[in-house]
Amino acid sequence: MPQIFHRSTNTVARVSLFGAVFFIGVLGWVFVTLDRSSYATGQGVTIKQPVPFSHDHHTAGLGIDCRYCHTSVEVEAAAGIPPTATCMSCHKLIWNDSEMLAPIRASLATGEPIRWTRIHDLPDFVYFNHSIHVAKGVSCASCHGRVDQMPLIHQAESLHMEWCLDCHRNPERFLRPPDEVFNMAWETDDPETVGARLAAVNRIQPRIDCSTCHR
Amino acid sequence: MTIHDHPDSPAGRDPAATGARKNLDLGKVRERLAGRSGKLFWRSLEEVAETPAFTEMIHREFPQLASEWSDDPDGVSRRRFLQLMSASVALGGLTACTRQPLEKIVPWVEQPEQIVPGLPLYYATAMELDGYAAPLLAESHMGRPTKIEGNPDHPASGGATDLFAQASVLDLYDPDRHQTVTELGRIRTWGALAARVSEQLAARESSGGLGLRVLTGPVTSPTVLRLIRTVLDEQGPRARWHQYSPLRSSAAVRAVRAVYGGDYVARFDLSKADRIVALDADLLTLGPAAVRYARQFAQRRRARAEGSDLNRLYAFETTPTSTGSIADHREAMSTAELSHLTAELAEAVRGGSASDPRVRAVAADLSAHRGRSLVVAGDQTPEAVQLLAHAINEELGNVGQTVLLGQADEGELVAGAESIAELVSDIDAGTVDMILILDGNPVFDAPADLELAAALQKIPQCIYLGSHDNETAQYCHWNLPLAHYLESWGDGLTLDGTATLTQPLIEPLYGGRTAAEVLSLFTAAGGRGGDTLLKETWRVRLDGDFETAWRRCLHDGLVAGTGRPVAAPVFDAESVARALEQIRSAPTADLELSFRPDPTILDGRFANNGWLQECPKPFTKLTWDNALLVSPARAEALGLDHEQLVELTVDGRALEVPVWIHPGQAEGTVTLHLGYGRTRAGRVGTGTGFAASRLRTTRHEWSAPVELRPTAGRYALASTQLHGNIETDRFQGDNLEGRTAEARHLIREATLEQFERQPDFPHHGGHGLDESLTLMPGYDYSDGHAWGMSVDLGSCTSCNACVIACQSENNIPVVGKDEVAKGREMHWIRIDRYYQGDLEDPDVHHQPVMCMHCEQAPCEVVCPVAATVHSDEGLNDMVYNRCVGTRYCANNCPYKVRRFNFFKYSDTETESLKMQRNPDVTVRTRGVMEKCSYCVQRISKARIEARKEDRRVLDGEVQTACQQACPTEAIVFGDLNDLESRVAKRKAEPHDYGILTELGTRPRTSYLAKVTNPNPGWPGTSGGTTEKGHHG
Repeated sequence: MPQIFHRSTNTVARVSLFGAVFFIGVLGWVFVTLDRSSYATGQGVTIKQPVPFSHDHHTAGLGIDCRYCHTSVEVEAAAGIPPTATCMSCHKLIWNDSEMLAPIRASLATGEPIRWTRIHDLPDFVYFNHSIHVAKGVSCASCHGRVDQMPLIHQAESLHMEWCLDCHRNPERFLRPPDEVFNMAWETDDPETVGARLAAVNRIQPRIDCSTCHR
Repeated sequence: MTIHDHPDSPAGRDPAATGARKNLDLGKVRERLAGRSGKLFWRSLEEVAETPAFTEMIHREFPQLASEWSDDPDGVSRRRFLQLMSASVALGGLTACTRQPLEKIVPWVEQPEQIVPGLPLYYATAMELDGYAAPLLAESHMGRPTKIEGNPDHPASGGATDLFAQASVLDLYDPDRHQTVTELGRIRTWGALAARVSEQLAARESSGGLGLRVLTGPVTSPTVLRLIRTVLDEQGPRARWHQYSPLRSSAAVRAVRAVYGGDYVARFDLSKADRIVALDADLLTLGPAAVRYARQFAQRRRARAEGSDLNRLYAFETTPTSTGSIADHREAMSTAELSHLTAELAEAVRGGSASDPRVRAVAADLSAHRGRSLVVAGDQTPEAVQLLAHAINEELGNVGQTVLLGQADEGELVAGAESIAELVSDIDAGTVDMILILDGNPVFDAPADLELAAALQKIPQCIYLGSHDNETAQYCHWNLPLAHYLESWGDGLTLDGTATLTQPLIEPLYGGRTAAEVLSLFTAAGGRGGDTLLKETWRVRLDGDFETAWRRCLHDGLVAGTGRPVAAPVFDAESVARALEQIRSAPTADLELSFRPDPTILDGRFANNGWLQECPKPFTKLTWDNALLVSPARAEALGLDHEQLVELTVDGRALEVPVWIHPGQAEGTVTLHLGYGRTRAGRVGTGTGFAASRLRTTRHEWSAPVELRPTAGRYALASTQLHGNIETDRFQGDNLEGRTAEARHLIREATLEQFERQPDFPHHGGHGLDESLTLMPGYDYSDGHAWGMSVDLGSCTSCNACVIACQSENNIPVVGKDEVAKGREMHWIRIDRYYQGDLEDPDVHHQPVMCMHCEQAPCEVVCPVAATVHSDEGLNDMVYNRCVGTRYCANNCPYKVRRFNFFKYSDTETESLKMQRNPDVTVRTRGVMEKCSYCVQRISKARIEARKEDRRVLDGEVQTACQQACPTEAIVFGDLNDLESRVAKRKAEPHDYGILTELGTRPRTSYLAKVTNPNPGWPGTSGGTTEKGHHG
């Protein structure tokens, strides 16, 4: 009876067995890398907005406080996006004929809101609350990066759950005195010690239970 | 597939659909129940008879689980199975790889003051239900009303609501609402209507005025009343006002007139009543003051170790009601028997003799509590019974104490069909030129003998203001969209006469207008907005600076200082003799059909509300249908079976309805609930159930002699009473011992006397478990909060307010009749109803069961993806985004409280329904398990607020939705670590007990055993001890 398979089939079989393991490994690596890439997370990506608003210019340059626009950051889950009227409180007087601000003026004139594209977008099953973080001494900069150095806003961190949990498990490195929360440039030489003291004083009790964010 | 097959379609009567259920052998049931000594709790006739359907149900976590495939006649081959599985694995993995789409943020152009995006605002408002106002607090998320609570500052609510108020928010977003003004089906504008009306009015001015008729329901709104008066005054004598409500009774009005010679409204103070007799009266769950009565009643029902001041309730009724189920003594009897019993009672309290030992016991008890007792007769009982109830209260000196009489306002009382009958005869006489129907659905619910549909077609101009294109709308020329109360300015009275204000939370979604606004089109002053009309009314009635006072009233939701003064009309003692004579000479029928408002959809006005349609009725646990409630004895005599169709004939009018054999139903009475059989309700309500209103006539308002003829047909009903059955031990032959709710100690109850002798009675004879006997590590809660719940079984009336409140708060979907029949209803709370005792007149116990948040939760250990985990505050968290739908957790849950999304039940397509959702709770999709979360979104919110202020969460700061809605305060939730909290105190009571604790689950939700206060002198009890000895 003739051989059905050629002798080289043995090699093919061995290679494909090894190859399968290798292939699955590579597939896993590709998946993990993709998931952590800025393609998936949006980290570091600048998105075109109706008006090229510069946080750098308005905060670092002009010294406007975060809360001038993000009014509900201390009281509520969402920090709040300013209404057109907030922009116009200055821009009806200065740069009131700038081409760049035309959509703002159009919005006020027509009553049509400006449709910004969301940069920091958590999945719909995640319930994040700004107010408690701000109250307990987590700075804007800890999650949003140095917004005062961003001419066009982008997402500074991955916003992965593991990134949230990194801080919720060991919050000390990210704490500062609550009155320095809106000071982007605040720094300390010894974040561990200062953080540990602040955690004790301000009774930091971060929760890592699922229902903290998912419900 | 439609949600529900039309009952007249062949599919609805498919004999195969009920083939699994074999004929119920009632003789066997009776034998088994009789042959049993001591206590026995049972949930259904099927359970006792051990029918195949029941056996199948109990052995499966979800009945017909695999039916998606087994429906396929060819079955599923192994190859097909593998194909499907590999495809779903591949696709399931890939769908997780989608990139999150870019979202837009749309801020305001100019942000309104007070609105902080994400923070809900609460407005005091009120819902009109059958003329009376229900004071509410409505939650608004960025302009969308999402949740209804009771107004805690209003005496008529105390913060609680009934299920109708809870569900009313869904009506606002009902996609089937009238969306535009139409004339004969063509779209018109409000302006066109105004022009047409003024043209008509002007044309007839010379010829003695227009024959205008206004048809409304009961009216307590001062503004509507003022406008109706204005219209009638301006139009002259040819204009008239008619009223009709299918929920009102002419006997109630006539009885008061006979006794007090005028129109009075009686309201009760249950907090002062030590002894209450309910004569076929469901005063705790139906009627304009039910929420208040339930709270007052429950406050006198708290058996506590340090001393109890329990009232005593006797209920004599034709069909089981929630009030009867919580009574200390309940007796089922036909209306004729009830009449005779009332007559004897009236004689006995006046010192006469009574042949019935029950009457002697009640009379003696009442006489010992003069001025502190109360006798209430249901509105639907015969006039003589109600008259005698008033007389007994007079005799006992209760009037002015527990019974407060007040002069009725014009329009408040509607004497059944009297007024609408006049309207029909006027139409036939040709004196009606134009009719304005303000809300209601008279074509559907008016007495059948009036033939209103035919009459309306004789009127040259019919204008109908209604919420839906319903049965009445199809006979009217002009159809106007009615504004929902959450879109309206308005006012109304509660039963105690407190003026209660309605303010809008949202612009009318479809340009609807209120009754007052439409009426103003008919006045000389012309059409005005609702707020203008409302202020016109109140500007002359408020003292001081109007704007300041008005803002206060709107904020509070009521006008302080208003209220009905207590009247003391002269009692006509001679009327009693006439009533007694009436009862003696009343004809008796072999079988009487009694009509009742449906416990969930009322008179049909809520028929298109999916939440209420799917809410299981308190006793039958039926959803999506009504059925003829027949007593077991009558069913046995006629050989009737569950779901069998019978033909009812009343005065030559026939109706085919399915039978439901109902333990506790009086023998000579069959009951059919109103509200079903709608033909034009909308996509949800059309074609559900059977139209009782077709048998109702002016002569037979609430009951009628009926002929019953069994037919061969069957109709599948969807009842949830077998679902979530906790008892797993099966019958051992005819031996009932050692199984069922009783063996597992699910329901614990005792009399007050037994409780006082042994306060910790639930802990005797149970299957206690040494809590240290566990291999699982424990949890340490000493640092933070430990949330827990306590449910007082002694005050649960099964009113279902909690079920709907939970549904509204937690975005729980509606699944439809077919899915309910498969046991897939999604409610996070189910109220288990247990019968105890014999078939004809069993005691009833209600037990709300939601997730117990076990300390050692069986579900947690079996989840392969850790989607259900324990939190550091003792909650059993459910993580939807982790859940892959293995359903192991539900399989391992001994309490059967987990619900699985077999399909994508949440309607995320219909635009208007999206607006109702609570933004703080995830809308679940297909393949995800869900269950009670202890309203974790409310806990989170309170915790964050507390931590920002660096304090602990205070007791009462977190209320679960079910707790907040509960009229009887049966549900209490809070922090067990706070020993002063209400829940900790309740759990410290000796009669606090958990269910299935023998499994070592250590549930966080526990129950307070039911303690009743029976009369020691009741016939059949000797020496003060009753049958209710505790099981050991």
